[in-house]
Amino acid sequence: MLFKIEARAEPSREMAIAAPLIATGLTVVLSSLFFLSLGYNPAMTLYTFFIEPLTTMNGISEWLLKASPLILIACGLSVGFRANVWNIGAEGQLIMGAIAATGVGLFAPWQESPLLLPSMVVAGVLAGGAWAAIPAFLKDRMNTNEILVTLMLTYVAALILSYLVHGPWRDPDGFNFPQTALLPYNGMFEVFDYSYRLNTSIFFTIAVVVITWLFTERSFMGYKMSVGGVAPAAARFAGFNASTSVWIGLLASGAAAGLAGVMEATGPLGQLSPQISPGYGFAAIIVAFIGRLHAFGIVLGGLLLSLLYLGGEAVQMSLGLPSSIALIFQGLLLFFLLASNFLVNFRIRRTDVRTR
Amino acid sequence: MDLFVSMFAATIIAATPLIFAALGELVVEKSGVLNLGIEGMMLAGAAFGVWAHFAGLPMIVALAAAILAGAAASLLFGVLALTFMTNQYAAGLALAIFGTGVSAFIGRGFGSTPVEAIKPMNLPWLSDIPIIGEMFFRYDPLVYFAFVMFGVVSWFLYRTKSGLALRAIGESPDSAHAIGFEVIRIRYLAVMFGGAMAGLGGAYLSLVYTPLWVENMTAGRGWIALALVVFSAWRPMRVILGAWLFGGMTILQLQGQAIGLSVPSEFLSALPYLATIAVLVLISRNRQAMTLDFPVSLGKPFRPKG
Repeated sequence: MLFKIEARAEPSREMAIAAPLIATGLTVVLSSLFFLSLGYNPAMTLYTFFIEPLTTMNGISEWLLKASPLILIACGLSVGFRANVWNIGAEGQLIMGAIAATGVGLFAPWQESPLLLPSMVVAGVLAGGAWAAIPAFLKDRMNTNEILVTLMLTYVAALILSYLVHGPWRDPDGFNFPQTALLPYNGMFEVFDYSYRLNTSIFFTIAVVVITWLFTERSFMGYKMSVGGVAPAAARFAGFNASTSVWIGLLASGAAAGLAGVMEATGPLGQLSPQISPGYGFAAIIVAFIGRLHAFGIVLGGLLLSLLYLGGEAVQMSLGLPSSIALIFQGLLLFFLLASNFLVNFRIRRTDVRTR
Repeated sequence: MDLFVSMFAATIIAATPLIFAALGELVVEKSGVLNLGIEGMMLAGAAFGVWAHFAGLPMIVALAAAILAGAAASLLFGVLALTFMTNQYAAGLALAIFGTGVSAFIGRGFGSTPVEAIKPMNLPWLSDIPIIGEMFFRYDPLVYFAFVMFGVVSWFLYRTKSGLALRAIGESPDSAHAIGFEVIRIRYLAVMFGGAMAGLGGAYLSLVYTPLWVENMTAGRGWIALALVVFSAWRPMRVILGAWLFGGMTILQLQGQAIGLSVPSEFLSALPYLATIAVLVLISRNRQAMTLDFPVSLGKPFRPKG
């Protein structure tokens, strides 16, 4: 008995839905083995990791609160990824968005105005977009690899943040902690309920999901960009402009990441600190792939990854496991997901040796 | 003069981990495979090296553990990219994230415990020559090994039949397959060589350069190694030049902080990253030079026909 790999005539729709489920299942199985090898009861640990965080209202609020920036950034990234534009520096664009928003929130002369929050949002989106415009310009005009530039600029953004919170923007009444003063009340998104941290910024995420869906699935520009990603030669013959894809791909993802930075600074944190993002910019790459670069898939991917973050915190607090476990699971999930994507485009058939 | 000599020596040392990682990636890319996960493999090497060291194993075994860890990590990428034919960008990123997590997990007990580093060699007579001795003959053995590996890689790629096969596969896997080369097997070997070298580069950081385990201690060197391969335009000699350039940039920046330049330290720390961008821009503008030695099938999955 032999196995034979055959290319499918067209991608399997059933497998496209099954692949993320298979990958999640395999991640759960492997993580139980991992917990078992560390001497923990796997059923207990899995419960603490994946179920317990969602048993309280506060848990659900935190779940949505963390999923929101992940989904937002991943939607932006998917626009570029479809066109083979690889922005992997969303973390840096998020930081720049948070810096710009906090700067306006703390130092703009219109502190009392109801326009304070809207102006912070605009500043953050522009800053994220501007930080991504650098690699877009270099890619378009200088033929420079955008993967490396976006990544290098992430380190630069983190250093700028570090400089600001240790230096000129440090809160004078902050007991020397590296953080800015708290943002004024009208410079923060309103929470739905004072017991929980979930706030109204989640409406931005919902809007961006819908816009991303319309752009990628229903607009001619989105179609042109996808063709450019799948078949660059065909796109050239059709006269689709590759540099437009570069600009739109990077600016959209940069602006989305910048907005996510605004949401973090003006939402749960209320100030700027070096821990502005627990790696959302990198995790969003995984979210984009789990969602198969499709807006609604990304929503599910974001909810899953957000649960991984919550679960990581939960096992850290209640079982004393290190937080790096969440990163390991993220990587595993992406590995399994990519591997099971194989089943979407190929099928494995058993062939009997004798019949050949 | 003393300052120049010590900065020269410091540059050579700072360049060493980059040389290991970038030479490895060069071979991988020459076979037509793009592995973005160098950062993850270096961290895995750094963590497993420290782990073996604190397990009481001799230094040479700790280095071997780091090499194995890097190669094993690269195998995860290899299975995805070569057997399952997934998008190589995504598979490499997964490896970068996974390696960061695994290394943090492995190294969690060893934070800030100093490692007894590999000592610089003291060659009789040679090391004692004034200036020349300090500039050339007082390094730890791995610095020299990096140059040995440069020779080996250049010789392999351009002077052996297997190297020719590897380059042919990177240019056109279909024709190489048609004349009987096992494309997938050779690409697996190239990927594992890249992983082993990245692991060694990581171990150099944790066992010689720093020398202790710090989470995320590579600080982007895996990505800079990737940039070096682009900078080198896929030629081994220029990998070395690039590594010296970035090593020098790191040392200048540290020197600037040491003499207390009236610039915030964060600006100096950003210099190597900004220099990477500047150099990439300069080199990429010249499209002709970039395409000369560029492995044409880079990043494209291969599936044997028939």
